[in-house]
Amino acid sequence: MCDQRARMLQDQFSVCVNHVHALAVLVSTFHHYKNPSVIDQDTFAEYTARTAFERPLLSGVAYAPRVLNSDREDFERQHGGTIRTMANKEPSPHRDEYAPVIFSQETVSYLNLLDMMSGEEDRENILRARSTGKAVLTSPFKLLGSHHLGVVLTIPVYKSKLPPNASVRDRIEATAGYLGGAFDVESLVENLLGQLAGNQEIIVKVYDVTNTSDHLIMYGRQTQEGDLTREHVSRLDFGDPYRKHHMTCRYLHKAPISRTAITTAVLGYVIVILAGYMFYTGAIHIVQVEDDFDTMQQLKVRAEAADVAKSRFLATVSHEIRTPMNGILGMLALLLDTDLSSTQRDYAQTAEACGRALITLINEVLDRAKIEAGKLELEAVPFDLRSILDDVLSLFSEKSRNKGIELAVLVSDKVPQIVMGDPGRFRQVITNLVGNSVKFTEQGHIFVQVHLAEHSKAVQDAKFESCMNGRSNGPQSKTLSGREAADDRNNWDRFKHLIADEEIPFQVLTSDGNSQSVNLMVSVEDTGIGIPLHAQELVFMPFMQADSSTSRHYGGTGIGLSISKCLVELMGGQISFVSRPQIGSTFSFTAKFTRCEKNTVADLKRSLYDDLPTSFKGLKATVVDTKPVRAAVTRYHLKRLGVLVEVVNSIKTAVTGSGSCSCSGQPDMILVEKDVWLSGDDLSNIQVSGRALKSPKLILLATNVTSGELDKAKAAGFSDTLIMKPLRASMVAACLQQVLGTGKAEQGKVMANGSVYLRGLLREKKILVVDDNRVNRRVAAGALKKFGAEVECADSGKAALDLLQIPHGFDACFMDIQMPEMDGFEATRRIRMMESQVNEQQTSGSTDGCCDKQARKWHLPILAMTADVIQATFQECQKSGMDGYVSKPFQEENLYQEVAKFFESKPATDS
Amino acid sequence: MEQNHTKRQIKVTRNSLFEQGYLDEQFSQLEDLQDEANPNFVKEIVTLFFSDSTRLIRNVENALESYPLDFCKLDDYMHQFMGSSSSIGAKKVKNECTQFQECCKAMNADGCIRAFQRVKQEHAVLKRKLEAYFQVSL
Repeated sequence: MCDQRARMLQDQFSVCVNHVHALAVLVSTFHHYKNPSVIDQDTFAEYTARTAFERPLLSGVAYAPRVLNSDREDFERQHGGTIRTMANKEPSPHRDEYAPVIFSQETVSYLNLLDMMSGEEDRENILRARSTGKAVLTSPFKLLGSHHLGVVLTIPVYKSKLPPNASVRDRIEATAGYLGGAFDVESLVENLLGQLAGNQEIIVKVYDVTNTSDHLIMYGRQTQEGDLTREHVSRLDFGDPYRKHHMTCRYLHKAPISRTAITTAVLGYVIVILAGYMFYTGAIHIVQVEDDFDTMQQLKVRAEAADVAKSRFLATVSHEIRTPMNGILGMLALLLDTDLSSTQRDYAQTAEACGRALITLINEVLDRAKIEAGKLELEAVPFDLRSILDDVLSLFSEKSRNKGIELAVLVSDKVPQIVMGDPGRFRQVITNLVGNSVKFTEQGHIFVQVHLAEHSKAVQDAKFESCMNGRSNGPQSKTLSGREAADDRNNWDRFKHLIADEEIPFQVLTSDGNSQSVNLMVSVEDTGIGIPLHAQELVFMPFMQADSSTSRHYGGTGIGLSISKCLVELMGGQISFVSRPQIGSTFSFTAKFTRCEKNTVADLKRSLYDDLPTSFKGLKATVVDTKPVRAAVTRYHLKRLGVLVEVVNSIKTAVTGSGSCSCSGQPDMILVEKDVWLSGDDLSNIQVSGRALKSPKLILLATNVTSGELDKAKAAGFSDTLIMKPLRASMVAACLQQVLGTGKAEQGKVMANGSVYLRGLLREKKILVVDDNRVNRRVAAGALKKFGAEVECADSGKAALDLLQIPHGFDACFMDIQMPEMDGFEATRRIRMMESQVNEQQTSGSTDGCCDKQARKWHLPILAMTADVIQATFQECQKSGMDGYVSKPFQEENLYQEVAKFFESKPATDS
Repeated sequence: MEQNHTKRQIKVTRNSLFEQGYLDEQFSQLEDLQDEANPNFVKEIVTLFFSDSTRLIRNVENALESYPLDFCKLDDYMHQFMGSSSSIGAKKVKNECTQFQECCKAMNADGCIRAFQRVKQEHAVLKRKLEAYFQVSL
């Protein structure tokens, strides 16, 4: 920047100097070589004026000839004036020589006839110039006529051409005059700089540094302003080797700080501040979090303590409430036993019902508290799963019927009849789940299924072939009621695999007798309102219902599910659910039970298993249902009664099927779903085709029936009966009894259960009852006597043997199995031995030995009296020679069935 | 009028026995067996049951005092007890007997003793109730 300026100045300067040189040549040529001179003041002035543009740095040029003192007078005369000094413009005193200006540019015309040698600077200059023959410069000084600093350029003009190596003396001798020009350095530099951009910001100073100790300023102010740190110095060569100049440049203002630097700095600062702030806040935060954590921990400890206290409190309080409540309930019961007016009875009953509800609630709370305190223990007793499920269903049958919901239960065949576990808790869980379902379901179905967990899983894992086995299942018929369920895996596709007959590899598991545990998978599916997604996580939390509006609407404490969860976990299982709002929920849980040992089963069956009547064994039924799942449920219940079931999906098929396939025989009953019937299938053809043989009983299955529909059903042919759902084996049995019982009477077939028939069979039969238990003996005897039999009793096997010595007059013997000394099996074996001995004797000496009446072989029908109605016992009975067994205590149907085997023919012969 | 009242009271008492689970179907079957030929059948059976069961309880008590416990013997007694009680339809007693037999199977002496306490208790309660019932009904 400074160098550039210096070079420009230097170039301009040298251009000027060159031009002045040219002027010098001009003057020497036309003034000195020509005689007379062709240049006068006017010519010079005009010429210089016209060539002034060539010398922009010079304010003016002037020529002063060398005038010796001897020539002064001539000169003064010739030019018409006196030579004056520069200082005061007075006539010059005498000198050796003078240099009066004769030609001058107009701008410096005031110099005319001024003796240039009178000025100190000029004189030095002139002397130096003529001795060197080159252009020389003065040191800067205030120019005449202006107050600007300037330098004066002086170039010698020689009279003759000088050789290049002329001596100083030669030069002085040859000197004709001097051409001078004033550089108005100040204004000229200013002009020059004015052409450059940015001159405002840059301070330029030009110094004459000939005297190194004392720099003379040529341009610029002396003040030390501007940015001293960033000063540039450039040398200037104005062509005078004697004089040395240099230029200094500096910025007026401090160097502007670069934007990026500022930005970076600012950003850096900001970052540092931010980082600092972050560290600061971080530290503060950490401290705060630590404080909070401490507080939390204290709170946690307190909360836990409070929770424990709460549980303890709940347990104590519920227990304390229970005690007086039991008193209240007991007293109410006693009160109800007393003689009350109907109003009083009503009050007391209401009070008792409320009390029971309250105690149920308290029990729930107590359970919850007990579970929380880890004090709940499960029992392990044998129980019958199916009857428990039936019980639970019967609890809700009323409600579900009122709502029109289809309620159904299905237990897989592979689930053992009796398992060891806690029936109460199992029932509690099921009741809770089903109760919830009933509460939250307005239409559709609730379907409880029990499968073996392994099996269920195996099926789930197995890849389903999606072929429908030729069944035409509409997509809507895949659940129980046809409504969509939350867990779509639970539809018929999967279901048919679950109920499929034992072809699953699972078989290995069941046959493995060592596997003592039974993992059950229970699922309760409903088509209710479902659980809102946001509440699904809270479902198993105590006292949480989906939201408070739910509890307002449906009631309940919301404790049930959490208890269920705990109970299920206690039973070694897990509970889970799938729920879709507005579609329904499927709760499923697994539970671990142990298999019951066979002999235990035998002993306990009677007390645990509410014997289903066996009188329906071998009957055939056709179920008409378009929904396979529902049909499976119906089939399950009928199967439990020993009824063979065939499922068809229209009444027509039922009729034609039974008609065409003669080998399977006519069904004894046809069960028709209400909606199948309502969908318009005609029943009349059954009536018509059925009448040829014996008409199968028509039974209508329905969830709810209006009286109008009932009439219509009767008109249509369902005169026989109507089975209201939910189906339960025992209820179905009762209905079938009703239907078939009357039916048999009409047809005269000996299949009924009426005591009339028993009476007919047993009348005047002599029967021996063997039992060591007096009470049992007495009861059995009483029962048989009631049917007209003559009864004799024996209190032990031995006594029986004595009585049965052949010949004897007994028609049958009822034998208790478990007796001291000699049990029923042993006694029977001995009796049979005696009989065979006698029979052998008879055959050996038969021909005419004995009377005709005794020609028949001795074979006394012996029936075991037992509680074990299972196959194993039956086989043992047969092995020891018994003919059958009756369950103890006597049940008419059972007794009838067995007795009928032996006496059936006899009434005919008697009559 | 008086008779009517008594009849109703009998019915109520009887029903309450059923409702509270002391008795089951079997008892009503016994009642069915009662007719003109056998007017006191039920009472007779029940009396028989109590005399029998009292003896059995004594037997069990004796058996429980011996050491070590003869579970076979206990089971045997209890089987008889249970047979009798199921014959008359004494549901609660029967259930307790089941528990007792369970414990026998498990050779659980403590359980047996506790179960037996309950058996006795239920037995006593039933006896009291039935005695009351028969007092009214006869």
